[in-house]
Amino acid sequence: MIEVVSSARCIRCDICVRVCPADVFRKDAAGLPVIAHQDDCQTCFLCEIYCPTDALYVAEAADGPIGITESEVEARDLFGVYARGLGWSKGRAGGSQFDTTQHLRVAQV
Amino acid sequence: MTTSPTTPAAAPLDLKADVLVIGGGPAGAWAAIAASEAGARVVLADKGWFGTSGATAPSNTGTWCVPPGEDRRDAVERRWQRTGGVADRTWMLRTVDQSYRGLLRLAEWGYPFPRDDQGNLYIANLRGPDYMRFMRGRVLKAGVTVLDHHPALELLSDGDAVTGAAGIDRRSGADWRVEAGAVILATGGCAFFERTMGASGLTGDGLLMAAEAGAALSGMEFTGKYTLAPHGTTLNKGLPFRWASFHRQDGTPILDGTGEPLVNGIGGTSEKDIVRALLEGPVYARLDLALGALQDWLRRGQPNVMQPYERRGIDPFADLFRVELKPEGTVRGTGGLRIATHDCGTGVPGLYVAGDAASREDVAGAVSGGGAVNSSWAIASGWWAGQGAASHARRRGAPRRFRTHVAPLGAVGLRPSDSHSLDPRDVMAAVRAEVAPLDRNYIRSGAGLAESISRLDGIWARAIQHLGGEGRGRLRPREAAGGLAAARWMLAGALARTESRGMHRRVDHPDPQPGPVRRYSLLGVHRIEVEVLGAEAVSQEAAS
Ligand SMILES: Cc1cc2nc3c(=O)[nH]c(=O)nc-3n(C[C@H](O)[C@H](O)[C@H](O)COP(=O)(O)OP(=O)(O)OC[C@H]3O[C@@H](n4cnc5c(N)ncnc54)[C@H](O)[C@@H]3O)c2cc1C
Ligand code: SF4
Ligand code: SF4
Repeated sequence: MIEVVSSARCIRCDICVRVCPADVFRKDAAGLPVIAHQDDCQTCFLCEIYCPTDALYVAEAADGPIGITESEVEARDLFGVYARGLGWSKGRAGGSQFDTTQHLRVAQV
Repeated sequence: MTTSPTTPAAAPLDLKADVLVIGGGPAGAWAAIAASEAGARVVLADKGWFGTSGATAPSNTGTWCVPPGEDRRDAVERRWQRTGGVADRTWMLRTVDQSYRGLLRLAEWGYPFPRDDQGNLYIANLRGPDYMRFMRGRVLKAGVTVLDHHPALELLSDGDAVTGAAGIDRRSGADWRVEAGAVILATGGCAFFERTMGASGLTGDGLLMAAEAGAALSGMEFTGKYTLAPHGTTLNKGLPFRWASFHRQDGTPILDGTGEPLVNGIGGTSEKDIVRALLEGPVYARLDLALGALQDWLRRGQPNVMQPYERRGIDPFADLFRVELKPEGTVRGTGGLRIATHDCGTGVPGLYVAGDAASREDVAGAVSGGGAVNSSWAIASGWWAGQGAASHARRRGAPRRFRTHVAPLGAVGLRPSDSHSLDPRDVMAAVRAEVAPLDRNYIRSGAGLAESISRLDGIWARAIQHLGGEGRGRLRPREAAGGLAAARWMLAGALARTESRGMHRRVDHPDPQPGPVRRYSLLGVHRIEVEVLGAEAVSQEAAS
């Protein structure tokens, strides 16, 4: 579930508010995204990769928040971890040309 | 909380189009492009954000990619042999053909495919976030009007044909309405409110909307599909479990039916052994069959799958972690709206269907189309539905198109006869209690199905009177109604099929019935009529 919005990293670009498919975020008066409907989060990690500054963190637990803090995410270098895995950067798509799934599909049989 | 609404004034939106596409997964995207290339003015409305919503966007989908040539018929034949005799070779062949054209189009448009060892583009796999973002770009480029966060709640009809749909802006609660020459339902499968990849919006809305317009469903009994996931996560992705071994918490290996340690969670008969083990107690796994380069390929090829492990700080190749089987409804199941014509018409004039919203019996049969067939089907059926809808709209002709009296068709969950006192969350919980448990839905029994049916019929009766909402609060009750309706069709189909075949497993009828394979067509929203279609009827339709 979405758990952390880092106000230090966030540049108030509004992208996560727009692209979250479950409509989880709202903007507060200062333009910072607020987790307004946390229980609607479908733990898809997509807001993280669309964020240009890796300011969001989605914990892996599907059914409820685990209470992870911004400092723990920072300390464990988990901001942007999925984006790095994919090869997306600064909210821009990338890396699909290096997808190794073809080898898995061959090895699978 | 200090939040500002995104849309301040709740002004209704009224649009006209030749073709309205409902749903922005791959099926909706291909449908919108096909309709637009056929000259239609197209509007696409998605419940979430077109590009991130639906089952494909957070996933990584392999396609059924077979280049043209002699080998195609063999590939179809091999696959058909695994469909429980339910699929149709003609549809399978056309799907392979049309979806391959789609993949070539993607390459032509510059989609960043990887290359294989020979340096050729490897077009058989589509990474979800990249693919859907790319498709959004193509659809916008084609001039399609895209409405994000605009769920459809009901269809409109002039008495003869479907002539549009109506819904809400989920943020402001404002109404929208699109009058259209034809409507394509591409609303995806029904995940029965399960927390799995991309499932939050997949609540059976399209099935209910279409059934209210008179469309039939089929294959709904082929829904006993579950996929392994790390316990408590949303990652229902089977592929890495190809290299798993299974244990109890203390590390004792779980044994398969022949007394050997249980490995490979997606192959052969292992799934049944895992089900048995899970019914007895918690099951743990370790991906320790993935050695050497495989670990690297899994990390780089399936970065979404690695997220739970990375975030929990565990090494899945060395550490034991708890797993569960996630029910997948009609997402990886097969059932959906029955296709009546070769261009994916539903049999209701003006109403077309594509992707997971349609029954995939023709291409996947009694087994799951996940892993290859479903994503190809989304491309192919999207294309055909887009063309079919565009030509229907053209045939209806512009001048008189919007003159007739148009009425909304939505009922349960939208217009309760009495009050709004039934909490949609209670409806969703009641549905899940009947369709999620392994011992109810992976392994079915006539008696268990009959009990489930009677309980959900009771809730349906209450929903008719008391399920509804206002403003933005209209979405949840309608979703609850969609899932409840889908569950009732699933149970009706499962009770009717007195045999076991593919992902429909009946303890009281453990074997396939000899003789011609049948299909069960379901008609009706309140009282569900089951029509048995013999093999003959099925192949005739396919030929038409
Ligand atoms: C984890 C996972 C892995 C998969 N892997 C594979 C694979 O390897 N190979 C394969 O072939 N298939 C795979 N699949 C299946 C594949 O993802 C689906 O077949 C495909 O996404 C279907 O496309 P679709 O457009 O029909 O539906 P979806 O992609 O689910 O999109 C449906 C869309 O409809 C929208 N919608 C729903 N209701 C409404 C409404 N009322 N109004 C407006 N919009 C609405 C939703 O928001 C969503 O955007 C996988 C699925 C999952 C979950
Ligand atoms: S996408 Fe990132 S930077 Fe933009 S508003 Fe959201 S959190 Fe802030
Ligand atoms: S993980 Fe997905 S559903 Fe949850 S907030 Fe992010 S984008 Fe939205």
